[in-house]
Amino acid sequence: MSPPQGVAVELSSITKTYGGQPALNALTLSVEPGEFVALLGPSGCGKTTALRSIAGLETIDSGTISINGEDVTDQPTNKRDMGMVFQSYSLFPHLTAGKNVEFGLRMRKVGAEERQKRAADALSMVGLDGYLDRYAHELSGGQQQRVALARALVTEPRVLLLDEPLSALDAKVRVQLREEIRRIQTKLGITTFFVTHDQEEALAVADRVAVMQSGNIEQIGTPEDLYRHPQTPFVAEFIGLSNRLEGVVTAGEVTVLGHTLPLLLAHTSDGPVRVLLRPEDVELAESGMPGTVISSSFLGSLRRTNVLLADEKTIIAVQHSVRDDPRPGAKVFLALTGAAVSVAPL
Amino acid sequence: MTATVSRANIAPSKLVRRLILGIVGFLFAIPILAMIEFTLRKGLAGGYTLAHWTGLFDPANASRYDVVYTGMANSLVLAVVTVAIVLVVLLPTMVLVQLKFPALRRTLEFICIIPITVPAIVLVVGLAPVYSVVARIFGSSVWTLAFAYGITVLPYAYRTIQSNLGAIDVNTLSEAARSLGASWMSVFWRVLIPNLRRGIMAASFISVAVVLGEFTIASLLSRQNLQTAILLMSQSDPYVAVIVALLALAFVFVLLLVIGLVGSAGRPQRKKNGVKS
Repeated sequence: MSPPQGVAVELSSITKTYGGQPALNALTLSVEPGEFVALLGPSGCGKTTALRSIAGLETIDSGTISINGEDVTDQPTNKRDMGMVFQSYSLFPHLTAGKNVEFGLRMRKVGAEERQKRAADALSMVGLDGYLDRYAHELSGGQQQRVALARALVTEPRVLLLDEPLSALDAKVRVQLREEIRRIQTKLGITTFFVTHDQEEALAVADRVAVMQSGNIEQIGTPEDLYRHPQTPFVAEFIGLSNRLEGVVTAGEVTVLGHTLPLLLAHTSDGPVRVLLRPEDVELAESGMPGTVISSSFLGSLRRTNVLLADEKTIIAVQHSVRDDPRPGAKVFLALTGAAVSVAPL
Repeated sequence: MTATVSRANIAPSKLVRRLILGIVGFLFAIPILAMIEFTLRKGLAGGYTLAHWTGLFDPANASRYDVVYTGMANSLVLAVVTVAIVLVVLLPTMVLVQLKFPALRRTLEFICIIPITVPAIVLVVGLAPVYSVVARIFGSSVWTLAFAYGITVLPYAYRTIQSNLGAIDVNTLSEAARSLGASWMSVFWRVLIPNLRRGIMAASFISVAVVLGEFTIASLLSRQNLQTAILLMSQSDPYVAVIVALLALAFVFVLLLVIGLVGSAGRPQRKKNGVKS
């Protein structure tokens, strides 16, 4: 497959309502050519509606969608030249994997010989050489989604749309396939939208992640940006794990657990707040806040331990090296790293 | 475990199952066997002969049995037109409702099921004035009966197509095809029809079976079909009338058998190689 040129996609104030309830609320988003953007958010935030609107599967109430400056808002789905992979398995059951992949080329009236060659190449690209003659019911879930990906890519679409393509797969396959998707996307340089509710997935594969809530984008940025510098309490709470503690803001700083910490958003009004303290911003130390280990989980390259502080009410999650292996009931001390924290209204 | 045990206790034994099947089969077989026996009788003199069977297919008797052949031909025409009505009107409507107007599904189901609750005689009373208009527009050819038959087969055709429609994710398949560049026509012909093949075949065969067995509407609207022909024939040659009835029964039986085969026939089965991605 020849690498297609990535295209710029622009969503301008798109609005969509269902029965009076807004699903998209003047959503605006600019995506650079070849960029991989994840739309992340809780159920009902409008991420799938946004993706379906880009595909033309939903008619928007107002706003415009343009590709490389060309307004495609009123173009029907079949004229938009986009490839899409769906959440539910969407292979045509009456066709073999090869014929499924050929389908888009057949619609474009590509000759039989070229169709077969390109279908074989596309299946090879997703690691399914030799699966040309298999029907959907003869493939595992992961293999079906790979065929769906090959089918979406074989026509060299301008934009690739992925609507939670991994959510029906088991954890191991999910990780494998998301890496595969990223590898292929980087190789082809195709502009890609990836809808997911799994933040780990979004942070792992996307160039930029758009966190959505109530039909709009709360914040868009690189995964690290979102994690380290959340701009709203919602993003701070939604991305990553946080200890939720009570604190008080005074003159641009917050006091929590008897420590004063800098704020990520300095211009926060004084008063009581909920402090969002990352587990990696707390350490096991030789001295500091005393506590008792409740539980400890091995997470592969690190360990997360829950500690009950001396006040017998506050539980703090601490992320630390696997070399430390505190047992439940062990007495430990905690220290804060002093990193800036996010706060949310109480 | 408990459920399995209790189900095993409730389930009849193999012997009981065979006994029930045997008794029911025997009850169904009695009239058919009696019909066969009747067609083989020589007459009041006693004894058996194949003359009535061979006589029906003897070209020399063609004019004598003309009414039967005409009725048979009319019924076949009616079957074809009725199936066409089902496929051209009902099928696209059901697909459209499924894809674009899912809120209307219950209404469509209700409308399609209504004919099963209306006795044919009542239907004819309602259809008689309609047919005076139909006759003015299309003439009084026998095929126009297919409009009425299209209504009588609705419940059966709807059920068979709906069960197939419900078994596939029509919306996702259509959207996938659309995103790959297919027009709505291509979606219908290249994606939906092949996946609804079983439902369509079953609906068609059931429609044919219903049309071949229909008597009341044709008789009361003064049209000639297979069943009215059998009745007419029975007044002059009861043996041939029973033979034709038996043949019609056998034909419908074969049709139902084909429905069963089509229903159970899947795509080519291959052994999964167990490779997981």
